[in-house]
Amino acid sequence: MKGIWWKTTGVVFVFYSLIGGLLFKVPELPILNESIRNIHFHVTMWFAMIALFSYGFYSSIRYLATGAEKWDIASVESNNTGIFFGVLGLVTGMIWAKFTWGEPWPSDPKLNSSAIAMLVYLAYLVLRGSIDEDQKRGRISAVYNIFAYPIMIALLFVLPRMTDSLHPGNGGNPGFSSYDLDSRLRVVFYPAVLGWILIGVWIMQIRVRIKKIANTR
Amino acid sequence: MKKLAADTGALIRKEWVLEWRNRYALNGILLYATATVYTCYLSFRSVEPVVWNAVFWIILLFSAINAVAKSFLVESRGRQLYFYTLAHPQAIMLAKIIYNVLLMLLIAAVSLIFYVIVFDNPVADMPMYLLAVLLGCLSFASTLTMVSGIASRAGNNFSLMAILSFPVVIPLLILLIKLSKNAMDGLDRSVSADEIVLLLAINVIVIVLALLLFPYLWRD
Repeated sequence: MKGIWWKTTGVVFVFYSLIGGLLFKVPELPILNESIRNIHFHVTMWFAMIALFSYGFYSSIRYLATGAEKWDIASVESNNTGIFFGVLGLVTGMIWAKFTWGEPWPSDPKLNSSAIAMLVYLAYLVLRGSIDEDQKRGRISAVYNIFAYPIMIALLFVLPRMTDSLHPGNGGNPGFSSYDLDSRLRVVFYPAVLGWILIGVWIMQIRVRIKKIANTR
Repeated sequence: MKKLAADTGALIRKEWVLEWRNRYALNGILLYATATVYTCYLSFRSVEPVVWNAVFWIILLFSAINAVAKSFLVESRGRQLYFYTLAHPQAIMLAKIIYNVLLMLLIAAVSLIFYVIVFDNPVADMPMYLLAVLLGCLSFASTLTMVSGIASRAGNNFSLMAILSFPVVIPLLILLIKLSKNAMDGLDRSVSADEIVLLLAINVIVIVLALLLFPYLWRD
């Protein structure tokens, strides 16, 4: 198997984060209690999503520069996989919110922004669906992707920081580092982030291969 | 550079001449804005200041989508090709954006005046509110022009325009509503500095991207 090293690393890290995330000691905090373990499963999804969307953005630029079909496939499949991780991030976040904030979807800038960011990428898929010609579809969707990516970044990382928010790391709230005074979370969290990014890349690669086979048939 | 400026100027003039000869489109969009304002007046009668502000921006957003969507959608393929042989695509994009900003300013001025007449005027800091409207016109025109260019390439339909533009415009709308609400409440102007800087930054990014990407968009 090609790239067996990083693929094994991804699998090992994800399993380590499953076991470590559920069993290791965590800081005892009011309200959060044991639900703080979700940090290894919720936040990592967004890291994987951003990594995949960024690769999709890069591939779109490469597609416009070279016109090679492989970049078009790479960009659409990394966006597809990114959307999948985004949905997982929303779901894990809603479960967490149910237990800490009392309801799965409080009206909060961070939550609304992430939902809109998902809409941007779903619109990208609709746009692709509406064009039949391959090259035209590749070019126009690449243009939209490059246009949408900075707006997604602004939505997720700039706008929520400017208003009051329940979400950690936003609206003057401290981020996760303040909960982790003795680095007990970090030993699981960082491998988990890396593991999920690698798994995401792997899924994306497999999807790219399936697409390539489907195209040659 | 000089040619770009000259081309852009000529193209803006062309847009205006076309609009003026075809006045029904311009009148139509102004009537659309005023009719929407009046419909809102009849449905609400009197409103809370927060709703006042939100309704105004929603009216402006929908007028903008209607006004700007046609900037690429109405031109036939043949005529567009003819322009591309005459001028650089960047000049065409720049001309469209500038023209749409001017068009949006006209629409915003008419709707705001009419809006203030039928509803009362709760704005405490009018110059700041006008700055928010100005930034709003700039933001709507720049993003929607680009999205209209994309939608026109993808089968020329209006629903695609709406699907593509809403998620892209919403972040700008959030900032604009916040900025204009600060102005409406008469908060100290330094409070709004963040929003103004961020809006300007997003606009710069959007316009630069539009100019960089448009050359890839038009050729078939």
